[in-house]
Amino acid sequence: MNISISLASKKTRHGILKPTSNPPVIFTPGEKIRDEAGFMRGHGTYVSAGSLKATVAGVEQNINRLVTVSPLRCRYNGEIGDVVIGRITELVHKRWKVDLNARLDAVLLLTSIQLPGGELRRRGMEDEQSMRNYLSEGDLISAEVHSIFADGSLSLHMRSLKYGKLGQGVLIKVQSSLIKRSKNHFHNLTVGISIILGNNGYIWIEPTSNDNKDLVGLEDEFEQVVDIGDRQTISRVRNVILALSYYKMLIYDTSIQFALEESKKYTVSDLLTAEACYDIANLTRHRLQIMDE
Amino acid sequence: MDLLSRQGLRTDGRRSDELRRISCKMGVFNQPDGSAYLEQGNTKVLAAVYGPHEIRVNRSKAPNDCAVINCQYSMATFSRSERKRRPRDNKSAELTVHLKQAMTTAIKTDLYPKSQIDIFVEVLQSDGGNYSVCVNAATLALIDAGIAMEEFVISCTSSLANGEVPLVDISHLEETLGGPSITVAILPISGKIAMLETSQRMHINHVEPVLTEAMRGCRYIYDTLNKTIKKHYEEIGGALNWGTEEYNI
Repeated sequence: MNISISLASKKTRHGILKPTSNPPVIFTPGEKIRDEAGFMRGHGTYVSAGSLKATVAGVEQNINRLVTVSPLRCRYNGEIGDVVIGRITELVHKRWKVDLNARLDAVLLLTSIQLPGGELRRRGMEDEQSMRNYLSEGDLISAEVHSIFADGSLSLHMRSLKYGKLGQGVLIKVQSSLIKRSKNHFHNLTVGISIILGNNGYIWIEPTSNDNKDLVGLEDEFEQVVDIGDRQTISRVRNVILALSYYKMLIYDTSIQFALEESKKYTVSDLLTAEACYDIANLTRHRLQIMDE
Repeated sequence: MDLLSRQGLRTDGRRSDELRRISCKMGVFNQPDGSAYLEQGNTKVLAAVYGPHEIRVNRSKAPNDCAVINCQYSMATFSRSERKRRPRDNKSAELTVHLKQAMTTAIKTDLYPKSQIDIFVEVLQSDGGNYSVCVNAATLALIDAGIAMEEFVISCTSSLANGEVPLVDISHLEETLGGPSITVAILPISGKIAMLETSQRMHINHVEPVLTEAMRGCRYIYDTLNKTIKKHYEEIGGALNWGTEEYNI
């Protein structure tokens, strides 16, 4: 067995990957951004003594007269239409509470899921009593943000065949800011693995299923055995995504695909070492840069 | 034993108005939302911030219009020269309350209704000014977590040597041998005081010079930490194309 030990101080810094030629101006909490006159106060700012000041550490962003400061890292702030992955935390009257790594738990109403028996079914008492049969505490789901309540919590829906309960696979958690927003968040990788990139920073990796999913997608699918090759590939994808996230690189289909191709020379367990992570992140960044040019 | 030699040097070789070496690192953990490691001289502290997140316990007691702030101060059993039996004792409970008081003044809690923010600080090595270093580390961790604050909260401890000379940023030796000490936590830009405490009775004539010295120390610490934060953000943000055209799509 190989044992590798390295000092914490030897860990590579993120700056090594991409030296910043002209770093943006960074404001820290309490620093004055500009005079208030003629500007509007946005997120991450407050007004004090006639000037706009930052409340978080970040760069200034202007949309016409609106001044906002966005932090580099914070909890997930939902937007309508986002694809999210969450875990059921509790069942309350006619709704499930879902943990999304956001400030507040989201709600999933009984009326916003598709029950067996088609679209036009009334939800009666029996459905309410058998909610735990559909989804119970600890279950993972993929869903879409339906609306945002006044207090900032989210309402979800699963009224589409692509959303539903998640069966066998691996969940990884990254910062929500690292997930690139794109048209499609469901990807089938060429290696026979499907991934769902949740906008809230949760990523689901599962083997690609060939047979069509049943209409509802609320049944457990734990009988099916995932073969060893698929499991190894899933672990490889997981390690590669974690390497990208350690070096703060955006995670989307192309970057994952490139990183997977670069990772071929390592075994799955070697991908956990700091050197391999650095190498993969570095090579992926080069390839992405070349593609951009 | 004299705390200040005739040449005006302290036992560790500093001058009376000199602070200890400060080094810090942000984002040391992956699991919490924000974390920081701060060293001031030989005092070493780790801070972790979780939240804002859904309130899990005592939900009925929680206020409806602002965030609940939950602090925990603890000292590692190996942090002092004599091994401690418990990491959290009565003294820690007191400091926890003070820490909560100081952090609450700066965090904009009204932006996070029905949520909870947890702040955990752990003293890894204790060499005087533990509370001050914990406040500073907690501030760094909160900034790393992207939690909205009015300003930094910066704290510093100072004391009196030979009954006349104010000493800034005192070490453990000066804490135990020296006279009364003042711990102050301020919001350095506006100069507001978030927390003020004296270790024992103090003559009224001494309060002002010692307090002035402590606040000067706070502003120095603020400048140092501010620089480190900006450097950290430039490094991390550079990898993300942060603040550039590419990032804003």
